[in-house]
Amino acid sequence: MPTRRRAFLILVSLCLLAVASFGLALTVGSFKVSYGEVLASLLGQEGGPGDVVLQLRLPRALAGFACGGLLALAGALMQVLLRNPLADPYVLGISGGAGVGAMFAMLLGLPVIGIDGLAFVGAFAAMLLVFGLAHGDGSWTQTRLLLTGVIVAAGCGALVALMLSIADEHKLRGMLFWLMGDLGQSAQWWPAFVALAVSLLLTMPFARELNLLSRGLMQAQALGVAVGRLRYAIYLLASVATAASVTTAGSIGFVGLVVPHLVRLATGNDQRLLLPASVLAGGSLLVLADTLARTLIAPQQLPVGVLTALIGVPVFLFLLSRQPK
Amino acid sequence: MTRPLLEARQLVVEIGGTTVVDCVDLSVASGERIAILGRNGAGKSTLLSTLAGLRPAAGGALLLDGEDAALLHARQAALRRAWLGQFQADPFGSTVLETALTGRHPHLGRWDWESTRDAELARSALAAVGLQGMEARQIHTLSGGERQRLAIATLLTQASPLYLLDEPLAHLDLNHQMAVLELFAGAARDCGAGVIMVLHDPALAHRFCDRALLVHGDGRTELGTVDDILTAPRLSELYGYGLRQLEDGGHRCFIPE
Repeated sequence: MPTRRRAFLILVSLCLLAVASFGLALTVGSFKVSYGEVLASLLGQEGGPGDVVLQLRLPRALAGFACGGLLALAGALMQVLLRNPLADPYVLGISGGAGVGAMFAMLLGLPVIGIDGLAFVGAFAAMLLVFGLAHGDGSWTQTRLLLTGVIVAAGCGALVALMLSIADEHKLRGMLFWLMGDLGQSAQWWPAFVALAVSLLLTMPFARELNLLSRGLMQAQALGVAVGRLRYAIYLLASVATAASVTTAGSIGFVGLVVPHLVRLATGNDQRLLLPASVLAGGSLLVLADTLARTLIAPQQLPVGVLTALIGVPVFLFLLSRQPK
Repeated sequence: MTRPLLEARQLVVEIGGTTVVDCVDLSVASGERIAILGRNGAGKSTLLSTLAGLRPAAGGALLLDGEDAALLHARQAALRRAWLGQFQADPFGSTVLETALTGRHPHLGRWDWESTRDAELARSALAAVGLQGMEARQIHTLSGGERQRLAIATLLTQASPLYLLDEPLAHLDLNHQMAVLELFAGAARDCGAGVIMVLHDPALAHRFCDRALLVHGDGRTELGTVDDILTAPRLSELYGYGLRQLEDGGHRCFIPE
């Protein structure tokens, strides 16, 4: 268990990592901008090379940070809720529902706002569907929730595949980028940021209760946690966080699965530290991955979801093989 | 007269629509130890978790320290009783000390972190079950018996006046079985704690408890002092297998025929 002081130091160093990732994201690119010029434009100086920073790179980096943070937070919450280390934000079909909504909007040729709107509607519909089906007679077990989520996600996957197969050739590229996760398409950065701030602020007061919840329902209840209400709240929060991220940047993979595990390995499983640390680490990771995505084979851009998965898969396998038997 | 730590009035317990315990009256005073005995699947654990207020009763009332358990906040209930479950599943890593410290949860405010005093309480609880020096071990490296003793240490750290123990002797070898029973006997004698435990061995129940509750599984229950109720005829009927009773120096022993 980390002491307050150690938790503070870890969070401060992660904040520095976040600042560094922003520094890199704002300066690196096909158009080089120096740190001095970045600072000048951030401080309000108009004109010059700083414009590309303010109008293009900063909103994109902010959206990336918010999405990374949301996914890592939602992943950590889902792992506690399902008491399953392999759970991630998408396991309950929320990204599948968002995918169906977004693909449908793209198929109809709707503008960005329509795609975002339908994606959010899809995510919300999937959440209600999974909850309604799993809730059933009122006793919702983790296994039942997990199974329902996986099945709904599979159904959504089939619908997405169907729409991809009947889509026009020229729409396919955009649809694929959306499905793989891409920050280039995000219209606004602030909704995701607000969602991140609100969900973190709402979960932190319950962090110690989440520690107990991860040890079992009855155990947590016996130790004084109002388990029923807490589980509803966590499910809702994790779902909204995931939906906000997916709506902003498509289904970016592996951040929500790997980041909580990385942080857990480094700091232990105390949610009071794990949750904020995951947010900072997930945000920084996604900002860095996105910087790579738009510079690796510039001027062409890669979908950031491909990079997070390419980084995430070996890291996760490494962690898994290191876990004591 | 002080009020009982726990009082069940006409309590009904159902499992999947079947009534396993029908209208039981039970009250636990400070310093009293009660054993619950019955066959597998008779509803002992379900009754115990109902008595802990972890599961709603199908009928009747349950008072914890004089207040309706159904109306108590989970945290208030946790200050009045501690419950030891049968299974400890640990999907995530944690150290022995961290696990023992979870018992302090109901005593801490929302933003409090565990203090050095809490850590001292947890350490002495670990020492009481013979786990001293293992504070930094990861829980999934513990043996079944060690994990069970850690669960008991967590219970002691919770420091509540009433202990509800579901098979506290599971996975324990003989010396630790006796140590754990002595521990709770001491808590009852010296600190006035109340103890209800689900046990499998009627001889240990006779030796370490004041009263026993036999759960037949068809709704019938029998409650009385261990001397009156733990007899060969009653236990033979309870378990559906003939038992012979031996006495030795005040201790009772039951041998399958």
